[in-house]
Amino acid sequence: MRRAPLLLYLTWLSVSFYSGIWLFTSGFLLMRIELNNQSRCSEPPSPAPHRQAAPCWFPQRFHKAVIVIIDALKYDFAKYNPANNNPKPYENKLGIIHQLTTSQPQHARLYPFRADPPTTTMQRIKGFTTGSLPTFVDVGSNFASYAIQEDNLIHQMIQNGKRVVFMGDDTWDGLFPKKFYKSFFFPSFNVKDLHTVDDGILQHLYPTVDGGDWDVVIAHFLGVDHCGHKHGPDHAETAKKLTQMNQVISTLIDHLDDQTLLVVAGDHGMTDTGDHGGDSEKEVTAALFLYSKAPLFADQLQTDPPAVPQVNLVPSLSLLLGIPIPYSNLGAIIDDLFGFPRDKLTAQLSKTSAYHLNAQQVARYLDSYSRAAGDLPADKLRVLADRFSSLTAEYEQLMAHQEQQSEEELEAHLQMIIQGLRSYLDQAREVCMESWARFHPLHMIMGCIILLTSCFLCYIIAEAGSASTLPYKYLLGYPLLFSISATAMLGLAIWMSVVELDLVTVCAAATIVYQMSFYFNFRTRKGSEMSWRKRPIYLILSGPWVVLLVRCCSLFSDSYVVAEANVAPFLLTSLLTVTVVKLHWDSKLMLPTFNPLGNESLKPSLTPTYRKDGSRLLGLLAALGLCVRLSGLFHNCREETPDCQPSSFLSPLSSVRDPDIKNFSYLCCIVCLGFIVFFIRKWLQHYGNLNSSSPLVLYVRWGFPLIVLGIACYWALSSGTEDSLAKLRELTHLALVVSPRAIYALAALGLLLILWNPITIFMKSRASDEDNTVTTYHGAPGSAAELQHVIPQIYRKMQRTLKSRLQHGGVGEDGKKGTAVEAYGLGSVYSAAMVITISILTLVLIMLHSERLTPAFLLLLLEAFIILHIHGHVANLYSDGVELFSVPWYAVLAWSLAASQHFYSTGHQPVFPAIHWNSAFVGFQDGHTNNIIPALMVAANTFSASILFSAGSCLLLLWPFLCEAPTARRKKGKKESREGDTEDHDMPMMEMRLREDPDRFSVALLQLGTKYLFIQGVQLLSCVCAAMILRRHLMVWKVFAPKFLFEGLGFVVSSLFLLLGIALVLRVDCAVSNWFKRLIVQQNR
Amino acid sequence: MMDEAELRRLSAGHILCGLAVVVSLGVPPFLFEDFSLLGSHLTWLCVCSACVITVNVLLLLTLKPNPSTKRSSFTHKVNKLYRTCLYFFVSCLLFHGIIVLYGAPLVESVGETFLFAVLLSSFTTSRCLCILGPNFHAWIRVFSKDGAMSVWDHSLQITTFCSIVGAWLGAFPIPLDWDRPWQVWPISCSLGATFGYVAGLLLAPFWIYWNRKRLTYKSR
Ligand SMILES: [Zn+2]
Ligand SMILES: [Zn+2]
Repeated sequence: MRRAPLLLYLTWLSVSFYSGIWLFTSGFLLMRIELNNQSRCSEPPSPAPHRQAAPCWFPQRFHKAVIVIIDALKYDFAKYNPANNNPKPYENKLGIIHQLTTSQPQHARLYPFRADPPTTTMQRIKGFTTGSLPTFVDVGSNFASYAIQEDNLIHQMIQNGKRVVFMGDDTWDGLFPKKFYKSFFFPSFNVKDLHTVDDGILQHLYPTVDGGDWDVVIAHFLGVDHCGHKHGPDHAETAKKLTQMNQVISTLIDHLDDQTLLVVAGDHGMTDTGDHGGDSEKEVTAALFLYSKAPLFADQLQTDPPAVPQVNLVPSLSLLLGIPIPYSNLGAIIDDLFGFPRDKLTAQLSKTSAYHLNAQQVARYLDSYSRAAGDLPADKLRVLADRFSSLTAEYEQLMAHQEQQSEEELEAHLQMIIQGLRSYLDQAREVCMESWARFHPLHMIMGCIILLTSCFLCYIIAEAGSASTLPYKYLLGYPLLFSISATAMLGLAIWMSVVELDLVTVCAAATIVYQMSFYFNFRTRKGSEMSWRKRPIYLILSGPWVVLLVRCCSLFSDSYVVAEANVAPFLLTSLLTVTVVKLHWDSKLMLPTFNPLGNESLKPSLTPTYRKDGSRLLGLLAALGLCVRLSGLFHNCREETPDCQPSSFLSPLSSVRDPDIKNFSYLCCIVCLGFIVFFIRKWLQHYGNLNSSSPLVLYVRWGFPLIVLGIACYWALSSGTEDSLAKLRELTHLALVVSPRAIYALAALGLLLILWNPITIFMKSRASDEDNTVTTYHGAPGSAAELQHVIPQIYRKMQRTLKSRLQHGGVGEDGKKGTAVEAYGLGSVYSAAMVITISILTLVLIMLHSERLTPAFLLLLLEAFIILHIHGHVANLYSDGVELFSVPWYAVLAWSLAASQHFYSTGHQPVFPAIHWNSAFVGFQDGHTNNIIPALMVAANTFSASILFSAGSCLLLLWPFLCEAPTARRKKGKKESREGDTEDHDMPMMEMRLREDPDRFSVALLQLGTKYLFIQGVQLLSCVCAAMILRRHLMVWKVFAPKFLFEGLGFVVSSLFLLLGIALVLRVDCAVSNWFKRLIVQQNR
Repeated sequence: MMDEAELRRLSAGHILCGLAVVVSLGVPPFLFEDFSLLGSHLTWLCVCSACVITVNVLLLLTLKPNPSTKRSSFTHKVNKLYRTCLYFFVSCLLFHGIIVLYGAPLVESVGETFLFAVLLSSFTTSRCLCILGPNFHAWIRVFSKDGAMSVWDHSLQITTFCSIVGAWLGAFPIPLDWDRPWQVWPISCSLGATFGYVAGLLLAPFWIYWNRKRLTYKSR
C-alpha cells in the first residue's frame, strides 16, 4: 500500500482548489480594515497657524440641514431637458429642480453624484456617512452586527450637540442603532411594496420640519428604487413615483427657513432593468441637488457642473455645519460651496484653509491606516505624503509672507495651492479605490477556471482510477516537478524584476502548470485504457446526477440559498429514496409480504430473490426522514425571512428563566450526551473492539464518561452562575475556566492515543493441541456466536505466510506446535479507530455549542449512521464483494448533502450576524490574548457538521465491509443445511478484505477522496459562479457573497478534515501491518 | 406478442381518465359559486380525486383489465371491496406521512396535506387497485424492471412514475419569492402531480406502441 503518494495526491488537489478560491477572492472580495479613531473638535488634524478662528475646525455656515435621500435617484431622473418633447416615463419629472436651478442659480445646483461600487444601499449609506470606500468586508471589531464602527457624519453631528431626526429606510437602524434623537423606521425588505416607506415619511416629514425640535433631518425614500426593481425605470409607475418626489421637494422647500441647507441625493443609480450593485456607468451616476434660501454659490455656472464623487459630500457637510470631518473620510470638499459671495480674497483664503484642513485630515487617516494594515501600496503612499508636506510648506510660506504680495499675486498663489491640494485629495482617493473598490474580472474568471479544472481532474481520477493502480510517478512526480520549476522560474523573474506579479498570480500559475502537465500525462499514460468516456449519455440523468444538478442550480437563486435549510434535506431524502426504489426496480430486493387479511388466492407465480433487507431499508428510510425532520427543530433565522422564528434551543441554558424548564432541559441534554457515548460504546462492543486492554480502549471505557461528566459540570456551572453565592463566585469562575480546558486536554490525549496506537484488537492466546489457528471474532469473548465469526481466510493467509517464513528461516516443523490466537475486533479495526475519533470530535464540538443543541448532534450522528447503513446494505445487495471497493456517487453526494443540512440544523446560517461568537469563550472566560485561538474555535463551531462528516467520510468505504457479516452469514446459514463444508469459505472477512488487496485499498481511498472533493468542489464552483455572474443582483452582498465566503471556508475545512481522516485510516493500516508482523514473530517463536 | 386490440382499449381508457381531470376542472364552476382552481383549491382536490377514482372504477367494470379467472362468491366480493377500501385508506395515510417527512408542514394545513395525499393516492393507488386488485405481491412485481405482464401493467408503471415525479417537481417553485398564488402549499405540488398524471396517460400508449417489438408478455 502506497500511503505517502496517496496523501500527496489529495493534498495537491486540495491545494489547487485553494489557489482557485484565493484567486477568485482576490478579484471579488473587496476588503478593508476599519479604524476606530474618532475626529474631535479639540483635536484638529494638525496644528496649523493659518486656520480661521472657529470653535470647531471651521466656521459654521448653516445651523440646520435637511438631507433627503431618494434611493436610486439617477442623474437622468433629476436632469430636466426642456427641449425634450417626448420624454420617457422617467424623464423630465423633477421640474422643481430645473425651475430652482434656472431661476436662482446662486441658491440651487444639480450635480451628477458619482457613487463608488458596490452600489448597494447599505454600502452607499456607509459611504456617504463615513466618507470612506466601504467594501463588502469591512474588517472591524464587530462582525455580529451591521452597525457602523467607523467615525461618521451622524456620530459627529450627535457628538457636537445636533439633534438628528431620521425617517425612512430601516437599514439605517441597523447601521446606527439607537443613535438618533428621534426616528421613524419603516421596513425596507419587501421590494415589491412601493409606498409604505414613502407614505410613512410624508406623515412625519412636514410636522417635524415645522416643529423646530431638530437640527438635522434625514429622510430616506425607497419608492423609486423599489419601483425600479419591480417594474424597471421605463414604466408608468416610475413616472408616478418621480412626480410624487417632485411634489415632496417643492413642498419641503416651502417649509424651510434661510438657515437651512437642503440636500437631495440619490444613493446610486440603476441599470435599464432597474437593478444596481455593480460598477456600470448607469449604476454609479446618481444625482445631488443642493439648495438653500441663503445664497450658496458665488457665481453662475455656464455649463453643466462636473460630477461630484459621493464621498465629497461628507467633508463639505461637516465643514458647512461646523463639525469635524469624520476620521476616515477620503472625500474632498465640494469646491463651489466654499467660494462664498464675499470679497474674492477672503473667499479664496477661507477656501484654501478648508482644503488644507481636508487634506490634513486625509493625510492623517492614510498615515493611521498604513500603520494598521498593509494593503495600500507603500510607494504610492510615500509619494502622496511627500506631495502633501511640500504643499503644506508652500502654503505656510505664502501665509507668512502674505503682506509682501499684491492681492492678485496672492490670489494666483492661493489658486495654485488649492489646485495642488485638490489633486492630492483626488490621488489619495484614487489610490484607496484602486485597492478597495475595484473588481478584478480577470482574477475572478481565472479563479473560476482553476476551480473548474480542479473539479474535472477530481472527476477523471475518480472515474478512471478503478481500472488499476495509478502510475504515481507520472501523475504526481512529474507535474509536481514541472510546477515547482515553473514557480522557481517565475520567482527568479520577479526577483530580477523582469515581470511584476503578486503572490496570488504566481500561485495560480503554478497550479495551472501542474494541472496541465497532469492532464497531459494522464492522457498519454491512461488514454488507451480509459473507459469513462465511453459511458452512455443517459447516465447523466441518473438519480445522483440529477440531484447534484438541482443542488448546483439552486445555489444560483437567492430564494433557494435562503431556503437551503429545507432544500438540502429534501434532496437528501429524495436521493436515498430513489436509490432504494431503484434497488427494488432492479429486482435486487423484494419487499416482505404485507397481507393483513390473509393470503390472496391469486398468489404471484414468481419467487423473487427474497431478502429481508427490504423491510430493513424501508425502516432506515423512515428513520432518516424522521431524523431530518427533527433536526429542522434547531434552525436559525436570517433577516431575509422576517416571519421566521429562531429555534429557542439556540439560546444558552442560562437565559432560561423558569427553573423547572431549566432543570428539565439540562437533564435532557445530559441524557442525549449519555446516549451518544452509550451508543458508541455499544457499537464498539458489538464488533468486539472493547475487549482489549490497550490504552485506547481504556480511554474509551473511562475517558468518555469522564468527558461527559466534565461537560455536565461545565453546563451546570455556566447555566447557573448568577444563582451562585458570592463567596463561591470565584470558585465557580475558576471551574468555568478549568473544566472546559480539562476536556480539551482529555480530548487531545484521546487523539494522541489514537495516533500512537489505534489498534483495538484483543488477542486471546490459548494452548491449542489441535492446530495453530489465528481466528478473528467479534462480540464478547466466550459468547455463543464465537465460532461463527472465524475468519479462515486470514488464518489461511497467515498460515501461508508462516509457512513460507518457516521455510525461509529453515526452522522446520517447530511453528506447528505454536499457540492458537483468537483476535477480537479485527474485522472492524479501521472503523473502530474512525468512530472513536469522530466521537471525541463530537464531544468537543458539542461543548462549543449552546447546551440545548446536544440533541441536534445526536440526530447528526444517527443520521450519519443511517446513511452508512443504507449505503452498506445497498452496496452489499448490488455486489458480491468486488465492487465494494468503489464507493458509489450517490453515497458521497448523500454524505455531503447531510453535511450541508446539519450546518443548518446545528443552528447556523451563512450570514455574519448568525455566527455563534460565544463559542470563542468556552474555557476562556476572560477573553483571549491573541486572535488565532478564538478564530479556530469559532470556525470549529461554525463548520462542525463539515468537520464531522468529512473526517468520517472514510467510513463510506469501510461500512459496506462491516455490513458484509450478516448477509454472508445468512447465505452460509442456507448452505449449511446442504453442505457443512463450505462454512469456511463464506465467513465474513469484513475489513480484512481491504488488507488482502492493499493496492486496491489505496486506490479506493483515493477515489473516495476525489469523489468527495469533486462534490464539494462543484458546489463551491456554483457558489463562486453565482457570486460572479450575479454581482449586480440586489442580494449579492446579503446572500451570495456571504454564501460564497461560508462555502469557501467550509470547503477548506472539509478538505483538511478529509485529508486527516484518510491519514488516520493510513495510520491504522500501518499499525495493523505491524500487528500482523508481531503476530508472525510470536508464532515463530 | 403485442395485442393491438388491448392497446386500443388501453388508449380509450386513458382518454377517459384524462377526461376525468378535465371534468374536475370544467364542471365545478357550474356547481359551486366562485369556484377557482387556486382560490378554492381544497374543493378542487376533492372533486378531482373523486372524478379520477370514479372513472377508474368505471374502467374496472367495463374494460376489465384484470380478468379474474375464478368465479367468486358474494362474500368474497365483499371481502375484496373491504380490502380495497382499506388499502386505499392506508395508502393515503402513508402518502401523508411521506409528504410530511419530505418537509410539508406538520401541524398547519393538515387538511391540505391530507387531501394532497388523497389526490396522489387516487392517481397511483386507485389505479393499482383497479388494475391489479388488492394484491400486494402483484404490486411489488409490477414495479420492478421485468415485472410488467401486460400493457396495463406498463401503463400503470408510467402513470405512477409520472404522477410522483410531477408532484416532486411541483415542490421546486415553493421557495421562490415570486409571490404567486400557485406557490402556496400544496397547489404547485398537486398541479405538478396532475400534469404528470395526464402526461403519463397520454404518453403511455405511445410509449408502448413505440416499444411494441421489445415488449413481449408472458401469458398469464
Ligand atoms: Zn439604494
Ligand atoms: Zn435597490
